[in-house]
Amino acid sequence: MAERILMKGNEAIAEAAIRAGCRHYFGYPITPQTEIAAYMAKKMPKIGGVFLQAESEIASINMVYGAAAAGMRVMTSSSSPGISLKAEGLSYIAGSDVPALVVNVQRGGPGLGGIQPSQSDYFQATKGGGHGDYRMIVLAPASVQEMASLTIKGFDLADKYRMTSMILADGTIGQMMEPITFEDAEITTYEKPWALTGTECKRKHNVVNSLYLKPDELERKNFERYEKYAEIEKNEAMWEDYMMDDAEICVVAFGIASRVAKNAVAMARAEGIKVGLIRPITLWPFPNAAFEAADKAKAFISVELSMGQMIEDVKLATKCQKPVYLCNRTGGMIPSPDEILASIRNAMKGE
Amino acid sequence: MEHKRLTLFAGHYGSGKTNIAVNYALYLARMGKKVTIADLDIVNPYFRTKDSERELNEAGIRLISPQYANSNVDLPALPAESYSLVQDKSGYGVMDIGGDDRGAYALGRYAGAIKAENNYRMAFVVNCHRPLTSTVEDTVEIMKEIEAAAGISFTCIVNNSNLGPETTRDTIIESLDFVDRLSKTTGLEVWMHTAEESVARELDGLQVFPMKLQKKIFDLPDTNVTAGLK
Repeated sequence: MAERILMKGNEAIAEAAIRAGCRHYFGYPITPQTEIAAYMAKKMPKIGGVFLQAESEIASINMVYGAAAAGMRVMTSSSSPGISLKAEGLSYIAGSDVPALVVNVQRGGPGLGGIQPSQSDYFQATKGGGHGDYRMIVLAPASVQEMASLTIKGFDLADKYRMTSMILADGTIGQMMEPITFEDAEITTYEKPWALTGTECKRKHNVVNSLYLKPDELERKNFERYEKYAEIEKNEAMWEDYMMDDAEICVVAFGIASRVAKNAVAMARAEGIKVGLIRPITLWPFPNAAFEAADKAKAFISVELSMGQMIEDVKLATKCQKPVYLCNRTGGMIPSPDEILASIRNAMKGE
Repeated sequence: MEHKRLTLFAGHYGSGKTNIAVNYALYLARMGKKVTIADLDIVNPYFRTKDSERELNEAGIRLISPQYANSNVDLPALPAESYSLVQDKSGYGVMDIGGDDRGAYALGRYAGAIKAENNYRMAFVVNCHRPLTSTVEDTVEIMKEIEAAAGISFTCIVNNSNLGPETTRDTIIESLDFVDRLSKTTGLEVWMHTAEESVARELDGLQVFPMKLQKKIFDLPDTNVTAGLK
């Protein structure tokens, strides 16, 4: 068995990226994700990779765009306000169909907000952020081990579908330390015949661009992209069921909120309440199938570190046929197991 | 165990400095000493000395921490009263230094006075299960960077090798060879090994400093408990 090591969530992302073959990191420091850049700064020069602290978030995402166009496995990382700055680049990357990995270790917002953990960039990650018709694959780790495994998975999905994978973590998972193992992951390398690698006068030159001035051409491009998105929705949704077999109350939570929720579910089970947890691992595509399987559930509770964003997708997934309650804290606060337990008891009473 | 008036805990980030500093301060207080603990960590915004504020207060320990610690203001400023720890020689002082060389720069401000008094221990906290301090070579590199930034050389090693909640007796036994080699390479004595108190009890014959660790709300439920419920 591979060795157990103790890592911070942010370090696990960086190490996993290197193991996934990423040799190009462009970023700009911001709390609470700076350890990713720090780790890359230490490691990349030793393995022939590139670490570059750009002059801004906008510059760094455009460096990602350039390196991705050249066929490299490339990434950037930031936290909420920094991701807003990268939004233009995310849209250009989507419009050019190049693969990239973007990490958002969320902090409280809006605006400059705070530096404590948050999940209030759910809309930004899953519904847009940048302009135009586009999607990103959004992966939500709930442990340091998953910070690593979903980073490797994220690179793979990005290359496979030629689009951005976003790791949507939060400050606590970024900062906390847990023992993890790096199994020898099988890394798939994808042919990239579209990449700008130099023609050597042997082939027609490639173009990477998001500018389509003829509306019919742009429409066709968007239709094609959405066919790809439909395929992803069909094949790539991931989630974890926890005590769902006989659950009458279903708690829905991702990332750090799901860890607190698990404690609350265990406490409620000890009181004899039939409650379970659905933990979405992909936020886009949202795991609708998990909700179809939860046919015994009478009510759902969305537990979030936001004013209630994922709850809209829970309502859509349940086709608004069952009550969906919200249990939330925001601004950098985390709901306690007791708060969630109270919410579970209320849901049992139909409140 | 001999106690210097000032004890400085520095090391790689995530090596466990804060946990050890808090537990060591509590230990000194239990022996009836007058203790002040200073959080000089200007690097890490999460999981700080201030998280143990209530416990420290109850033990009569004075806590000096940056005004903005645990708030939403990410301002790397040190409180002026930190200097009292160096200047007022009537009690014991424990200093929790930020991680790596960047964290250790804050110590440079006090280095001259600390060395002049010459009643201190500068402890290098190390966990060999951390990826950037898993070889002696890498560890010595980080050590030298910290010393250069802090303006003080280390006087001893604290072996805090652990795997978080998965730490067992063997985790610590396995680290002894690494720490021995680190000690020989650097010429520094191993001041103590540390372990969570239930693990420490299983380590007879080793100078182990037992520690209480805080439980957090996002620690996962005990799998034995949940398995029983299913």
